[in-house]
Amino acid sequence: MSWLLKSSIGRKFIMALSGCCLVLFLLFHMCMNVVSIISIEAYEAICGFLGTNWYAVLATGGLALLFIVHILYALSLTLKNKKARGNDSYAMSSSLSSVTWTSKNMFVLGVVVLVFLLLHLYDFWFKMMFAELFNLHDIVVLPEEVGGHMAMLFGSPVKVALYFIGIVALWLHLTHGVWSMFQSTGLNGRTWYPRLKCIGNIVATIICLGFLIVPIFFLAKHFLCGAC
Amino acid sequence: MDKTINITLKVWRQRGPKERGAFESYKLDGISTDSSFLEMLDILNEKLINEGKEPVVFDHDCREGICGMCSLYVNGHPHGPDDSITTCQLHMRRFKDGETITVEPWRSAGFPVIRDLMVDRTAFDKIIQAGGYTSINVGGAQDANAILIPKEAADEAMDSASCIGCGACVAACKNGSAMLFVSAKVSQLALLPQGRAEAARRAKAMTARMDELGFGNCTNTGACEAECPKNVSISNIARLNREFLKAKFRD
Repeated sequence: MSWLLKSSIGRKFIMALSGCCLVLFLLFHMCMNVVSIISIEAYEAICGFLGTNWYAVLATGGLALLFIVHILYALSLTLKNKKARGNDSYAMSSSLSSVTWTSKNMFVLGVVVLVFLLLHLYDFWFKMMFAELFNLHDIVVLPEEVGGHMAMLFGSPVKVALYFIGIVALWLHLTHGVWSMFQSTGLNGRTWYPRLKCIGNIVATIICLGFLIVPIFFLAKHFLCGAC
Repeated sequence: MDKTINITLKVWRQRGPKERGAFESYKLDGISTDSSFLEMLDILNEKLINEGKEPVVFDHDCREGICGMCSLYVNGHPHGPDDSITTCQLHMRRFKDGETITVEPWRSAGFPVIRDLMVDRTAFDKIIQAGGYTSINVGGAQDANAILIPKEAADEAMDSASCIGCGACVAACKNGSAMLFVSAKVSQLALLPQGRAEAARRAKAMTARMDELGFGNCTNTGACEAECPKNVSISNIARLNREFLKAKFRD
């Protein structure tokens, strides 16, 4: 199976596969988040259900591995591509309307998403699962306190703005990433090319709208009805 | 009367593969808009020779858009600003009077510059060689209708086969990837029953050779497809990915 690591198509296959798993995770994460708008009690129950159970810890480990694979491969592919491009750049290059900006800047967008991910991990995962596992009592947020924690966090417009930037970067990353994984795994063709592009945009938009609505909801709640 | 234009050319001059290159500007007056881009370069070279200077080296052969020999990155586009044509089919009517035209060689690690605007594209020949043979039945001539080929498959194979191997895809790609070329060559045979016998071996061998020669990885930007003088589609790349992965998983 060394071809997966050595050949260009093998490496792209791993990018596509890890990307696909991450998209599925994002869909699940987004659905879970939307619950917090409908009922904060239900959301706290979900957090309690996941909590620090063995399966949640195991899944977190698997997820971390997926992220690491996706990032390391992105790094190695980008470096290889830069080398293949050579040192001389064109004196004059013009942009093509059919080539999207996102497709040429997936690595930059990925870095923005990664920075956002670290911030987000610090805001939630570090204070919830990590603190609970390692008994950091002074910072821990228990599942039943998560509603209050979110209201406090997203009451700050700066935080919401940061989340907004991160989620927009994620949207741009996904608009190229989702259809691209079908192309890289060979599940694309003449007929499905425009369809997959459309489906990719829809999936990216659904995921990101679902993510965006939560901080905006809590911010609006904070400003519109203050203490309630 | 012919319409003529005066232009300034900014041409990449490089004496050899190892030497540093630089742009040089040349003024050309009274160029007929009916002349082709390469005829304009011929006029430039004649002028340079008459002045006792070194002429500009560039690749060309058939000058009718089928051999794939001409290259040139003109004003930020492989094969110039016009769509779906090669440089030799580009005409001076595409340019305005007084315009400065920038002419560069293909720039990619896989295509080192030999001199001026000429690059070494033997890497493509090596990939083709790696593709190997196709099995055919010998002996008495087969009946023409013995192997049925659906019209769609024949059309698509023909579209893939229209690739002339000029390397514009590599020149246009930000990753210097040769995937459009390799995928077109794999597809033109993989789509037809006669090419199926060695399809798996061919996809693996050509991809391996492409990687070995230092071409980049495809990130699906679609720049190759947009600049291809023969409009080869990136659906070929999906087919190559499919053929390659299928072959590898079957091993």
